[in-house]
Amino acid sequence: MTLHGVILFHTTSSVLRAEKRLIKEGFATRLVPTPRQFSSDCGIALRFDWNDHERITSMLGEEKVEFDAIHFLDANPV
Amino acid sequence: MIYLDQAATSWPKPPEVLKAMTDVLENAGGNPGRSGHRLSIAAARIIYDTREEISRFFGVSDPLRVIFTGNATHAINLALKGILKPGDHVITSSMEHNAVMRPLRNLEKRGIRLSIVQCASNGTLDAKDIGGMVASDTRLVVMAHASNVVGTLLPVAEVAAIVHQAGALLLVDVAQTAGIIPMDMTAMGIDLLAFTGHKELQGPPGIGGLVIADHIDIAQIDPLICGGTGSRSESEEQPDDLPDKFESGTANLAGIAGLGAGLRWLKDRGIEEICAHLKTLSRMLIDGLSAFPEVKIYGTLDLARSIAVVSFTVAGRHVSEIGFRLDEEYGVLSRVGLHCAPAAHKTIGSFPEGTVRLAPGVFTTTDDIRLAIRAIGRVIRS
Repeated sequence: MTLHGVILFHTTSSVLRAEKRLIKEGFATRLVPTPRQFSSDCGIALRFDWNDHERITSMLGEEKVEFDAIHFLDANPV
Repeated sequence: MIYLDQAATSWPKPPEVLKAMTDVLENAGGNPGRSGHRLSIAAARIIYDTREEISRFFGVSDPLRVIFTGNATHAINLALKGILKPGDHVITSSMEHNAVMRPLRNLEKRGIRLSIVQCASNGTLDAKDIGGMVASDTRLVVMAHASNVVGTLLPVAEVAAIVHQAGALLLVDVAQTAGIIPMDMTAMGIDLLAFTGHKELQGPPGIGGLVIADHIDIAQIDPLICGGTGSRSESEEQPDDLPDKFESGTANLAGIAGLGAGLRWLKDRGIEEICAHLKTLSRMLIDGLSAFPEVKIYGTLDLARSIAVVSFTVAGRHVSEIGFRLDEEYGVLSRVGLHCAPAAHKTIGSFPEGTVRLAPGVFTTTDDIRLAIRAIGRVIRS
């Protein structure tokens, strides 16, 4: 089973901007509704393969892509 | 029918624009940024992609600095009312549209000091005259890129140099020039650019925007309206994030999709080619009208210093009669009167009667212009 992480952003525009960069770098991503356990924001978050999380975190940092937070996405949240 | 009112709004629109608008409502009809389902995401992608195209089009690197508004007037109001505070000084030109003049007159009543630099009777502005008005409290200079009445281009880059030396900001209204003149905000020194989608950008009415240059600190701009953005929904305070700070309420999705299609259509057609075509038509209009001794043409009559907007009057005749008969008898559609720009008409000497304005567009042909000139000749001689 693939373990996922999720990146939260403050705006939809920021999610889409980050998604384009990650896709360009070859990462497998998917836009999902923002998980309620992490945020009360409306809208969407960026889900990714947790195995990539270190590479993605450093890439977002190096390219100064603004984001709110990165979380491990438990398959069975309480 | 010969439509020579392109400066009011472009018509017809490229079929691709209409198709993009119906497509988006059929296939991507969710509310962008509000929900997480596929229709909402599809809508958000179209808006983001259009933001990217606009940022490239005007030469800013960050797409989030493209703020969608209803039109250029809305964008100008956002910039002026968002930046100017009581005690600030603002300078504008005497060739401005009421989209600039009315918000400035409104701000004047709230304690903002307004100076209007006098342009020449052909609509030209000497940048040095702006320099003479700049003071220590000058916060902003706002001006059109080209006059909507006579098509005269204002010297944006020269003014930018003066404005920046004084530590002020430059807001430019490109309603008449976007789509017919290649534009790079950075090269031109524009800090804030207000555009409308429905003129030569070939989009539909109801969509425009304010583009904020990469170096401008957005903390100095207050939002014009506040409300729901889909972001930071736990808070009752307006978010500071771009573009949400300035974009409350549901976006004009169909308008944005149409504008995106208009921009792609322009890119395929080539702005340089469009510009050359309009110069040809403008030359024909000026030469054709010049053959009638009773006609007075306003503006520089110099194609290097103006866009294809030609204003004229006929000695002893009302412009309303000329416009009405051109429409009724020959199907030539012009715009007569003051063109929402009383200051410009006072500057060129045509106030309060106004002028007949002819504005060809990308779909206007040389035959259209020949027929229009012939029709004008018949109307003024009978």
